[in-house]
Parts: sequence; C-alpha cells; structure tokens
Amino acid sequence: MSLAFGTRKGAGATTPAAPATQHLLRRKRRRETARTLAFLSPWLIGVSVFFVYPLVSTAYFSLTQYNGFGAPAFNGLKNWDYVLDELPTFWQGLRNTLWLVLVMVTLRVAFGLGIGLLITKVKTGAGFFRTVFYLPYLAPPVAATVAFAFLLNPGTGPLNHLLGELGLPQPGWFADPDWSKPALTLLAMWGIGDLMVIFMASLLDVPQEQYEAAELDGAGPFQRFRYVTLPNISPIIMFAVVTGVIQTMQYYTQAIVAGKVASGIAGNSGQQFEPGYPQGSTWTLPQMVYNLGFQRFDYGAACVVALVLFAISMAVTSILLRRRSGFMASDD
Amino acid sequence: MHPTTSRRGRRTIAAVAGGAVLALFASACTGSSESGGSDDSASGKDVTITFWHGWSQDSEVKAINDTIAAFERAHPNIHVKPVGNVADDKVNQALRAGGDDAPDVVSSFTTNNVGMFCSTKAFVDLKPQLQKSGIDPARTFPAAMLDYTRFQGNQCSLPLLGDAYGLYYNKKAFAAAGIANPPKTFSEFADDAKKLTIADGDSYKQLGFMPLYHGYESTTEHFLGQYGATYFGADGKSNLATDPKVAAMLNWQKGLVDQLGGYARLDKYRATFGEEFSAKNPFQTGQVAMAIDGEWRTASLAENKPDFDWATAPFPVPDDQAASYGRGYQTGTIVGIASTSKKQAAAWEFVKFLTTDTDAVVDFANAIHNVPSTFDALSSPKLVSDPSFKTFLDVAKNPNSGTTPASVNGGGYIVSLQNLGYDIESGKQTDVQAGLAATAKQIDTDIAQAK
Repeated sequence: MSLAFGTRKGAGATTPAAPATQHLLRRKRRRETARTLAFLSPWLIGVSVFFVYPLVSTAYFSLTQYNGFGAPAFNGLKNWDYVLDELPTFWQGLRNTLWLVLVMVTLRVAFGLGIGLLITKVKTGAGFFRTVFYLPYLAPPVAATVAFAFLLNPGTGPLNHLLGELGLPQPGWFADPDWSKPALTLLAMWGIGDLMVIFMASLLDVPQEQYEAAELDGAGPFQRFRYVTLPNISPIIMFAVVTGVIQTMQYYTQAIVAGKVASGIAGNSGQQFEPGYPQGSTWTLPQMVYNLGFQRFDYGAACVVALVLFAISMAVTSILLRRRSGFMASDD
Repeated sequence: MHPTTSRRGRRTIAAVAGGAVLALFASACTGSSESGGSDDSASGKDVTITFWHGWSQDSEVKAINDTIAAFERAHPNIHVKPVGNVADDKVNQALRAGGDDAPDVVSSFTTNNVGMFCSTKAFVDLKPQLQKSGIDPARTFPAAMLDYTRFQGNQCSLPLLGDAYGLYYNKKAFAAAGIANPPKTFSEFADDAKKLTIADGDSYKQLGFMPLYHGYESTTEHFLGQYGATYFGADGKSNLATDPKVAAMLNWQKGLVDQLGGYARLDKYRATFGEEFSAKNPFQTGQVAMAIDGEWRTASLAENKPDFDWATAPFPVPDDQAASYGRGYQTGTIVGIASTSKKQAAAWEFVKFLTTDTDAVVDFANAIHNVPSTFDALSSPKLVSDPSFKTFLDVAKNPNSGTTPASVNGGGYIVSLQNLGYDIESGKQTDVQAGLAATAKQIDTDIAQAK
C-alpha cells in the first residue's frame, strides 16, 4: 500500500527506497490521525465544552469561596469540611437520595416489567391498556405532582376519603415525614410509561422457539420466565436500572413541587420556603445544589455537593456495568 | 510543511486549552465596580434606564407604569424601560452577570437578600446620594423599614412601599362567642381562640386561630415581631439562644398548639385550607375566626366579600409587654441601583422619586393597597384609608414595630429558625433551649461559611 502511495506521488522511483518509505509512512500516519481527529471533532468539542470543562470548573470552584461577585478566592478544603462536617442537611439529603434510588428504582423496574408482561399477554384491548399505562408519562412533572398532592391531600383528598370509607388508616402522605417518600414513589410508578414500552419491546423480541423448547422440556410459567425471559431481557433490565439510578440521583422537580404545595408556601409572598417539607423528608441532594448555589450563592459548597453526586453516580453505574459484564461472560 | 502542521496542531490544542482556562476565569471574574459610571442626565441629555420589578398582576403593572409616567413627566430627558414579573432568582443572576441587558434599577420583594446585595456591593451604597439630595433617612423612613434596607451601615437599598402584619378577626364569630373586643395580650388571645373553636368530631367546624408555622402567615418571624426579639448580637453572632424572648415565643406557640387540639389534629385541619392568595383562604371561608396577615388581605376581603363582617387590629403582644400593644412585624419591597449600571445619576433620580416623592408613594400605595414607606406619605391626606387599613398604617408608624435584619447569607437564618419551630410544634424537639443552642450554632457556622 505504501508503494502504491509512493507511486501515485511519483516519489519512490527517484529517492533511496528506505528513508522515502519511512517518510511517506509517517506522512500517511499523520494524515490518518488528522482525518480521525476531524471525524471525531464534533464529539471532542462536545465532550470538552459540555463535560470536561464543566467538570474541571466544578472541581476548581469547590476549592474556592465564590458568591458570583468579584473573583473566586481559593480556600482549600474549607467547603468540603463545611458540607461534610458542619451541614447536617447534607447527610439527610444523601440518605433521602439513596432511599429514593433503592426503593424507587427497584419498584419502578419491577412494576414496569410486570405491566409490560401483563400487556404482552393480553389478547384483546392491548392497545387500550398500553395507552392507559403510557398516558401518565406524558404529563409534565409539575402538573403530575400538583395533581398527586391534590389526590393525596390528607384532609380533602379523594384517596383518603375512600380509605376512610373502607375503614382503613388514612396516611398523611406528603404532609407526613414517614409517608412523603412513599408518596413520591407512588407518583413515580404512576408515570411508568417509558419503562413499560421498553420492556414490552424487549419481551416481544424473546425468540418464540426458546419458549417452545422450554415447554417441551416441561418448564412451567415461572421456569419459562426465569430461564428464558429473564436471560433474554437482562440487558434491558440493566439499562433500566442504570438509567433509573442516574435519573433518581438527579431527583428534584417532584420533590420540590410536592413540598411546596403540601407546605402551603406555594404563593410568592417573599416567605422562605423550607425545602424537604415535611421535616426534611423530601430533601434531596440536587435540591441542595440549587439551594446552596442559587439561593445562598455559595457556589463553592454547591460544587462540593455536585461532585459528591457525580462520584456516587459514577461509582454505582460502573459497579452495575461491571457486574453486568461478568454476568454476560458467565452466560456465554 | 509537515513539521509546521504538527506544531500548528499543538498550538491549536494549546490555544483551545488556554481558551478554556481563560473562559473559566473570565466567567468567574465578572465582578462589580465600586463606583459605577456616571451619565449626562443632569445636563439635560436623553438617558434611558432599565427598571426591573416583580409586579405582574394587571392592576399592579398599571400602577407602576403610572408612577413611571409621572416620573417621566417631571424628568423629560430620563426615560424608564420597565421589565416586570422578574423573580429574585433572575435578579440575582443578572446582577452577577452584568452586561448590556442588565438592569440599572432593581426592586425586589424579598428583603432577606438585602444583606447579600449590600455585602457583595451588587447595589451601590446610596448614602452619598441621600446626603447630596439632602434626605435624612431617619426622618424620612420608619425605623423598621430602614433596618431591612441596609446592612452593617451600608444603605444599599431604600424601602418602596411596605407590608405590615396585624390581626384579622371575624366579627360574626366574635359576636356568637360573646367576645366584645379584639384581644390585646396573649392570654386574652388564647382565651378567645379557645372560645372561637368549635370542634367537629376529630376535626373543627371552626378554629379560633391556626397557630402552626405552616398556617400561611403565622411564621416564626412574624410572631417574633410581637416580642421585639433580636436575632443577632453586636458581634454579629446569632442571639437566638441568649435572647429569652425567642424561647418565650416558641413555648407560647407550642402551648397554643396543645391548647387548640394538638399538632396532629391541627395539621390535618390545615390540609383542608385553600390556597393562601385566593378566595379560599381559610379566614375568608370562615374556617378560622382569627388570622395573622398583611395589609393586602383588606383588598382581597373587600373584593371577595365573605358572608360575615370582619375587622382588623394590631396583633396581640405578650402579657409582660402589654405596653407595647400596637406593634407588628414589617417587611416590604426594596429598590436599589445596580453597581454595574453606567447611568447612576439618572438611576438615582428615579429611585429618589419612587421612594421619597410623597405623591408618587401615596398614589402607588393607593393603587396596590400596600403601606406607604415614608412618614410623610403615611400621614398624607391623599392616602385612601378606612379603619381596617388604618390599623396597618399605625403598625408601620409604631416605633416598636420590627423586622428581620439583613444577613450576609440572605434568609438562611430564618429558615434555620423555622425548621426548629417545625420540630418543636410537632414534638420532634422537646428541649427548646437545646434546640435553640444548636440552631444558633448552625446559623453562625452558615454565616462564617458565607463570608
């Protein structure tokens, strides 16, 4: 190939062979590198501008005292000390966030898969059920949360009214620190449409002959699910878990809207809103980033929380993906 | 050529990296200038200033536009471009970013941010301008209003209309319970609240008063206004644990909660309340017979016309401070000049007019039913007032009326105190003094972090 290159250029015939070939090889390699970089450049620019630069700045600002005015002043690990040692709300926010990750992601995946399984089995009216379960996903998060706050209102909400009629206990939902996170989880499960569609597609992709073979071997419905369905859709489950973990680590809108509506400080009266109502039970780390950064203008401390969130997301995701690749290898 | 390309390549990378670092610092270094620019408005040259404010309802926007029109008539060469419905978050961002679209004059509903505006020099100190214009702030503005517009001697904003808090009471319910006059002390208040409470199973047909800190305007800072408590000592440290008035207030509120049915029952009843700023407000629907609220409620009550007679009075005071009856909590809108503004002279003319021109203040107060923010305007014969509104004018004039002081980290300390209040009323924290000590420590830590 180098010969062809040289011949085309008409260089190989007149100069000594070895140095000329080396020179051409180098030239070719450089060109290839340039071409590769040119093709990669949109991605490189994107990653540098939207990922590397913000990450580096966040790390830098986490070491400074900076309120947006003047220049940031380097203050070492003071912000880290403050957030990790002197801010009890940080640990409360971390506990809530991890609670939501664990419970919400597990239930969402289980529920989404369950609904997907049921709907793929339905013979008549599948379209109707698909629509019914998908529709809530289209509701904007704020509207959905306000509607749930209304439905779950402990004093006037229809759900508690119904529970009362049935003689069942009536929880305080968004107004009770023990029930506020389960109420948010209910809301998340109501908007399960996205996961349901993904699971349905993957369930329909499971080769029918594997089911037939399993049936011939005498496998019951549970065994067919365990040994045929599950291995086939496990990449999709992993996808749902990983994206679910990342989404829940960023959980913000629903928690803040539910807190505001339930606490009664929804109007703009200049009152200070207490995030995490009631009693800090819906206080999550993303709310803390907003509160520290854009309400208290302590960018340094906000960057610390953002970095902690980033580190946890990265760690959880890489552990999950590593486990997944091990699982795949043993499968093969 | 090839080595050059390679060098150029390296140079490109270096330039991109350098650019990124530069951008990092540049974005961090958009500071504010101390003095700001001047303009030629005094010599009659045409100048246009941008004014950001938060008013959004049609009637409010019309009122502020009328005030602007009056200013432009008096200053034909200064033009004001108003931008309405601006929330505080956006104001804070714009003041940090500067630039051509940034405002020259800014008003804000949240007095809590004044400490930040002053200490970061986002707003210019108006003292030299006040002096030059011969305005003595202490003789012009009520003391509490001056308190929430300055921080550590820096008068970086001025009051533009105020809000005062008082007691609203349902005269029909009072008559039914055989109460002749509104309560003046907390013990009278507790008696009346009990008499006015009509139970309905484990809920209420009518509640005398909703004492919970989520009961709309019944907040820790509004109650503390009746005690005249101090939030910070001379050393700038939190006073919450050392000023016995704070513990007294928290204990008084908790006592009221227990007396009126307990936290769980009250909280469940509170959930049946409609939105605060609507006709479904619990006082307007008769769900509560007494409420602590601001002067703006007189306008919505007049508009929504509940099926009972109502009246206002100053909110009661602690028994051991009976002589201070008539006081109340105060807050309001503030207005300042951005230090990034290049048109400071014109901006000052506008701010001076908005805040000190008696007719302008009175007209605006009449239009949006707020309390005027100067002594002259408070006693102006042009002020439209009835007995229910007059209560709030008197609270605003009362020298014992108080406010929440500006702090370097905004309203952070108020939120900390609120959170303690929630823990105490719900029974999560039973040792008030220990709770106050921990809260004061947290407030000091947070303020040290913000410095």
